[in-house]
Amino acid sequence: MKFKSLTIFLIISSFFLTCILSIWKIMATLQGLSFTNLNVSSVFLIGIILSLAFVLLGNKINHLIKIFSLSFIFSILYYFLNEASPYWYTLGVFLITLFFTNKLKKYSMQSLKEDFISEKIVFDFITLFGIVFFAFVILFPFYIMLVTSFKTQIALLVNPLNFSLDFTMSLTELFKSYFVIFETYNFGRYILISSAVSIGTVIVTLLFAIPAAYAVARLNFFGKNFLSTSILIIYMFPAIVLVIPLYTVFSQLGLRNSIFGLLIVYTATTLPVAIYMLQGYFKSIPKEIEDAGIMDGQNWFGIILKIIIPLSLPAIASVALYVFMIAWNEFLFSLMFLDSPKSFTLSRAIQYLSGDAETPRQYLMAGSVIVTLPVLFIFIYFEKYLVSGLTAGSVKE
Amino acid sequence: MSDSLSKLEKRTAYTLVLPAVLLVFAIVLFPIFANVWISFKDIELKDIRIPEPRAKKIVKSISENQSELKIIYKLRNSSLIQEIRNVQFQDKFPTNVLPIDLDPRCNFQSKKVVCNFGNWQAKFRENFEITIQNNNGEIIDKKIIKSQKPILSGKADNPLLTTNFTLENFKKVFYENNFVELLSTTFYFTFFGTVGAIIFGISAAQLVNQNIQGRTYMRGILLFPYVGPVVALAYTWTLLLDPNSGTLNALLVNFNIIEQPINLLGQKYITMSILGFEFKLRLALTTVIFFEIWRYFPLAFLFILARLQAIPQSLYEAAEVDGASPIQKFIHITLPQITAIISILFMIRFIWNFNKFEDIFLLTGGASGTRTLPINVYQQGFAVSDIGMGSAVSIVIVILLLSFMVIYFRLIGKRANEV
Repeated sequence: MKFKSLTIFLIISSFFLTCILSIWKIMATLQGLSFTNLNVSSVFLIGIILSLAFVLLGNKINHLIKIFSLSFIFSILYYFLNEASPYWYTLGVFLITLFFTNKLKKYSMQSLKEDFISEKIVFDFITLFGIVFFAFVILFPFYIMLVTSFKTQIALLVNPLNFSLDFTMSLTELFKSYFVIFETYNFGRYILISSAVSIGTVIVTLLFAIPAAYAVARLNFFGKNFLSTSILIIYMFPAIVLVIPLYTVFSQLGLRNSIFGLLIVYTATTLPVAIYMLQGYFKSIPKEIEDAGIMDGQNWFGIILKIIIPLSLPAIASVALYVFMIAWNEFLFSLMFLDSPKSFTLSRAIQYLSGDAETPRQYLMAGSVIVTLPVLFIFIYFEKYLVSGLTAGSVKE
Repeated sequence: MSDSLSKLEKRTAYTLVLPAVLLVFAIVLFPIFANVWISFKDIELKDIRIPEPRAKKIVKSISENQSELKIIYKLRNSSLIQEIRNVQFQDKFPTNVLPIDLDPRCNFQSKKVVCNFGNWQAKFRENFEITIQNNNGEIIDKKIIKSQKPILSGKADNPLLTTNFTLENFKKVFYENNFVELLSTTFYFTFFGTVGAIIFGISAAQLVNQNIQGRTYMRGILLFPYVGPVVALAYTWTLLLDPNSGTLNALLVNFNIIEQPINLLGQKYITMSILGFEFKLRLALTTVIFFEIWRYFPLAFLFILARLQAIPQSLYEAAEVDGASPIQKFIHITLPQITAIISILFMIRFIWNFNKFEDIFLLTGGASGTRTLPINVYQQGFAVSDIGMGSAVSIVIVILLLSFMVIYFRLIGKRANEV
């Protein structure tokens, strides 16, 4: 029993260590180090030895001294087993090993005798592995997007794996792609258009949605149930089936290539979800507060303006941010409706840029960074509101 | 509540709801019905404008005598398929300028030439000439003549509103368009995209729900792919996966994991052999599905996490006392608590993946075996310019979608009764 759990422990822990060290190696390769071998098997073996040494030493020596000395020995072994590497790389290996051995703290020969210990070991390391895996898989493309925008076409052709940034270059050199897309490709204008469309959509959607949501939440009228179910059904309907009729009608009305046309479409497609989110919140406001307002002789307009809106500012903020992000990220309608570069939104402009095979990739990535950064900032800053908005908006609980 | 008050309430409710409802009707519901209409018509992208009579005015000198000029109007029907009825023409001239030998279809009165050209067939063209003369023998200024634009009017049917219908589009959708492959690709993409997103969502939620440091940061990071703009993310991935100088292929080749770069987005099939069995994997489609999972598992993650955090901790503590293993705890406590949310998520994501257009369009453009129904709407309607055909495909999507929704509401309805 003990032997089995020990084996599982050694294999799983060493596997985990090998994974993080491989990721570290890949990241180092992308900094221009010329590794050509991941050395998985040898790292795995010395990883097993490391874990074995850890549990065998047990509590005989102080934990800190133990992890430092073990990590140090491991790093030296690792250094000699691998191809020539600079010191900062080995220092990274040392720190990773330190982190790893520290995570091993709760394991000793005694703890390996506990019930279900092998399952617990698997769960523990899968959790660790999963976090590293998800973080890597998600952040890696964003990282590549960012660093590519700082490289030059020639540097990327010479060595597609070298993403190291040369900080000896002047700032204008480093940010060259950004200067180019602003000067040559007019991205300043597209930022303005995208902002105008998105903010406009937020304002118009709220203007339409707040009264409608209030009516659905509070007032009795014929067709109310029908309305609230159809809101959900409409929300499920895809933009792609609306595109052809809207395209033909907008062509005849001259609304194509106009920001106004885009604004109408965005508003209409975000309205159902905005109404749905807001009415859920309005229902949670105690009715007595409104009754007091009615006593004071307020009409419905006054109640909405003076009671409902101030009380539901957090919900309105989350709807506003959600709608802003939908409008900012929208691509299908801007692809269909905008042909002339005069009225492009950012997304459409980047797609237009990529249509030309000659466009260097760093310009494309600089454009992508520009369109991504605002939403990521908004998201990070207002995460709390947005997450509650996302959860409320998408599923009926 | 008194009768008049409830009437007032109703009236207020309608005024509050009406603007939103009208807008949504005009932009969302109307097009769905319009699709039905267009799908029965033989109409192409270039036909959607209403036909107009057009004239280009050219002013020419006839001789040395500058008091006489010839004006040529290049008349044409803007439409290649529709006639324009009862075309009226009008052009104004300065004082003292008179037309000579005026065409019998026209007459001159109060400084205006007014013509009645009758009906113009589709593709109609004519060079119509008027010779003018100044009756005091003075020079006519060409620029003044040229700056005056002729006014044309005529009656034409809106090609969208004519009543000639055809079943041709639907025949083409079902018989000429490789419909079975189209449908199977769509379902393959939808099903695996949905299942994958949910599996990854469950794993991520299970991870973040542990007591780990930096849990809130992790939740934020996990949502990045979902909130990022699709254009930027799709192009970044295209770049990563590019066979010539993409980072992923370069890395794999560099570490000798593969010998040749793999064109993950441009190759339809890849032959794989597992345990001696050879089978063909749809490579580009699988890659697109993985992108789809990468982008949308955060949503599943978010909902499942919210549900996991609502499970009372006492359940786990009780299980601990009873000596349950982690796997038993997951199967007997966690899983039953999240099945409801998983089934809802499955339905929602299934419907949304079924309609997904942008992701596939930006990654492959529908090439190498990634053509799904929504991609086909775009290809038919805008690449082949056959609007009617595109609408017919949209109708197929709507019908399938409605049947999913019926199933969805049946199941959810049952579930609601159970709870």
